Amino acid sequence: MADVNRGNRPLSPHLSIYRPQMTSISSIMVRITGIASLLIAFFVVWWLLAAATSEGAFAFIDGLMRSWLGDLVMFAATWAIFYHMLGRLRHVIWDLGYCVNVEVSEKLAIGMFVLATILTFITALAV
Amino acid sequence: MVQLTLPKNSRITTGKTWPKPEGASNVRKFQIYRWNPDDGQNPRVDTYFVDMDTCGPMVLDALIKIKNEIDPTLTFRRSCREGICGSCAMNIDGINTLACIYGMDEIKGDVKIYPLPHMPVVKDLIPDLTHFYAQHASIMPWLETKTNRPAKEWKQSIEDRKKLDGLYECVMCASCSTSCPSYWWNGDRYLGPAALLHAYRWIIDSRDEATGERLDELEDPFKLYRCHTIMNCAKTCPKGLNPAKAIAEIKMMMVDRAV
Repeated sequence: MADVNRGNRPLSPHLSIYRPQMTSISSIMVRITGIASLLIAFFVVWWLLAAATSEGAFAFIDGLMRSWLGDLVMFAATWAIFYHMLGRLRHVIWDLGYCVNVEVSEKLAIGMFVLATILTFITALAV
Repeated sequence: MVQLTLPKNSRITTGKTWPKPEGASNVRKFQIYRWNPDDGQNPRVDTYFVDMDTCGPMVLDALIKIKNEIDPTLTFRRSCREGICGSCAMNIDGINTLACIYGMDEIKGDVKIYPLPHMPVVKDLIPDLTHFYAQHASIMPWLETKTNRPAKEWKQSIEDRKKLDGLYECVMCASCSTSCPSYWWNGDRYLGPAALLHAYRWIIDSRDEATGERLDELEDPFKLYRCHTIMNCAKTCPKGLNPAKAIAEIKMMMVDRAV
């Protein structure tokens, strides 16, 4: 192979040109929901800590958490936690050697999305 | 490491639009990645128009037609034109596949062609596969034996031979490895689906006597365990193989021998 200009070879495009796949999207979603759940957990810890600190501190974070914005964020977080949990369950199934093929994995991807949504609404109605 | 944007020298610019063929009624638009190592310019995307009435059905037919009739500088690898050599692997319509066995009727709208993703480009649609081949060589892609050589041949039962189906068909076109986001970000240390599929092909070969050593080599947070079962590999494989399954089997063997 002619080794012309080897040091300055461009990198071929990747994310910008690769068509999103059902499996890859559901995979990155598991990661995003995991990180998002962690961020939300900080607020919950803050809430609990404030409750143990002072009335003023609690009133502030309690007001924030119980506002419409807080409700919306917690609703989204509930979905994220359910989705992430189902995603992790899917990994357990895969690690046991089952369902490691595109057809079933794509169905599982849709299933996770639907089931997480159903579980979220059940939770929201229950509280 | 994850780097979402392209380096400065790799940003794509708008290239040349080549003239339409005269008197053709059934014309299709092609947008093709170009990069010339000799002109010091950034990569660009050129636009070509191909007369479909005088062109074969596969993407490779169109590429050859462009090279013959419109722009002889267009550079790509090709050889067997029947999906067995793996030379013409490239990103077509957003997925990695072999140009010779991908029909243009499978593509809606304009045909967009790029080299295999996240690879150093040698020229136009030709990626540098040096590292990819070195990774394949690192998994010892040959029969390793310790017992004395049999008088005639290493025998294998029909059942044991069947275990190699779905593995031996791999033509090392690199479509799977370069479709894998994990390979994009950690390709320097993660072996990628193709090399791991080949590793498994030798691990489960009943005649091979180096299974332990092979597993030892793979027991590494990067070489094997950067696979997160994203499954772009199985989805894109032009031969319909399932590297994700092979990798899952290796992971299970790792657990089996540890407990």
